[in-house]
Amino acid sequence: MPIPKTSKAFLSEAGDMARFTAKFFKQGFKPRYEVAEFMHQCFVIGYKSLPLVALTAFILGLVLTMQLRPSMVDYGVESQLPAIVGIAIVREIGPVITALIFAGKIGSSIGAELGSMRVTEQIDAMEVSGTNPFKYLVVTRVLAATLMLPVLVMLGDAISLYGSYLGVNIRATTSFNLYWTQVFDNLEFYDVVPSFLKSFFFGFAVAVVGCYKGYNSSKGTEGVGRSANSAVVVSSVMIFVIDLLAVQITDIFGFN
Amino acid sequence: MTQEKQLLQAGNLLQQGHMLVISHLYKSFGNNHVLIDFNLELKKGESVVVLGKSGSGKSVLIKCIIGLLKPDQGRIEVFGENIPDINEDELDQIRAKVGFLFQSNALYDSMTVRENLEFPLRRHWIQVAQDEVNKMVQEALDDVGLAHTVDMMPAELSGGMRKRIALARTLILKPEIILYDEPTTGLDPITGKEIIELMVEIQHKYNTTSLIISHDMNCVKMASNKVVILLEGKCFAMGTYDQLKQNNDPKVKQFFE
Repeated sequence: MPIPKTSKAFLSEAGDMARFTAKFFKQGFKPRYEVAEFMHQCFVIGYKSLPLVALTAFILGLVLTMQLRPSMVDYGVESQLPAIVGIAIVREIGPVITALIFAGKIGSSIGAELGSMRVTEQIDAMEVSGTNPFKYLVVTRVLAATLMLPVLVMLGDAISLYGSYLGVNIRATTSFNLYWTQVFDNLEFYDVVPSFLKSFFFGFAVAVVGCYKGYNSSKGTEGVGRSANSAVVVSSVMIFVIDLLAVQITDIFGFN
Repeated sequence: MTQEKQLLQAGNLLQQGHMLVISHLYKSFGNNHVLIDFNLELKKGESVVVLGKSGSGKSVLIKCIIGLLKPDQGRIEVFGENIPDINEDELDQIRAKVGFLFQSNALYDSMTVRENLEFPLRRHWIQVAQDEVNKMVQEALDDVGLAHTVDMMPAELSGGMRKRIALARTLILKPEIILYDEPTTGLDPITGKEIIELMVEIQHKYNTTSLIISHDMNCVKMASNKVVILLEGKCFAMGTYDQLKQNNDPKVKQFFE
């Protein structure tokens, strides 16, 4: 049976992306290390994403608490609100929403930046200037995103829980100490660690997809737009696929 | 020709003061045969223009010379080293001595003019003190007459200024050979002429060897000692501008009409 054209294109793209990822591991461990550029990318990717992540996380925690309250009141378990919200945010909503925001901001900007560098020959110019552009542009960005997203997720979780504390206090009065005691009493090691670990993979996926799309951009400015767009779409889907795999793996090991 | 004979021939040419020797170069993309048995020699201080229609493989040729593309077959000897055979470090050493002016200038958007100029210096791991770096940046900018733009971003500059800055970035390492990829494309005729004059001035000042890819007849007339017409992947005709202008072959004539 002949393979349909679209499936063939999909498989060939997946193959190219796998080769691109393999190249990252091959080049990433070989010296010369681009330490200065890596630090710069950590600043751009991590620090500069913080305000956006903080704002969305705060709103999310507040809204989630306010939305959950009526049902909790109906079941008479209003006092469990901090525990429920804490588990929901730390285990699932915090990492996934932060990663999606990250994909929207960082994935698209990497795709567009590298894409425009490709079409305006800046990547070739780097190579001519004695720089391995793959190391300078791709390795530094992927490493920075992989290390920065977990940090953003942790900070986002904390801010989200603070938003939730304010949400609880809109209709009831709970002390700051009581709220946090209730959250941490119900959080287990198995809730925190898998969700922290999966955010490394989210960060890696977002940056690899963004770099791959941008680095292989073609067809002028139209291609740059397409690279930025598909970087966000593909990395968002990848986040959900990784999430699905992560929950299966933690389930198999009995961490659920 | 056997490989030994090719090597011997290239060695002889180098002794005669040749900076760049291309022999029997082939490059194809699928069924599109871009370069077919292309040959070219460049002596020190010479300025050669490769003339050809759009899509005739001119840019592919200079990208092969600088090692951005790998030829299918043939030798490209730059300072006696065969580019397709050498390793990454050796290639970097050659690249430090060969300047490349990109058609789209390829200035780094995210960096200031100063950072753009400092980039090749730092990346080739040339050990120089900051004072010396500043002096080199200043000198390169003075050469192109744009010293006042040092702290500007490329987006703030006009097309002609960007071309000059790109040329300054090429000059900062004092290259012995400069490869120009369509230096006047996208510029108005007056600015284009200024760029060509600048190229000629630099050529005289530093006694560089230039290989210019162009289809701009003004550029060919003003900047060339020798013209090579690249047609159907081959070196179709060679000579000075005046010699080729007198040529009666219709394929050559079409460039001069």
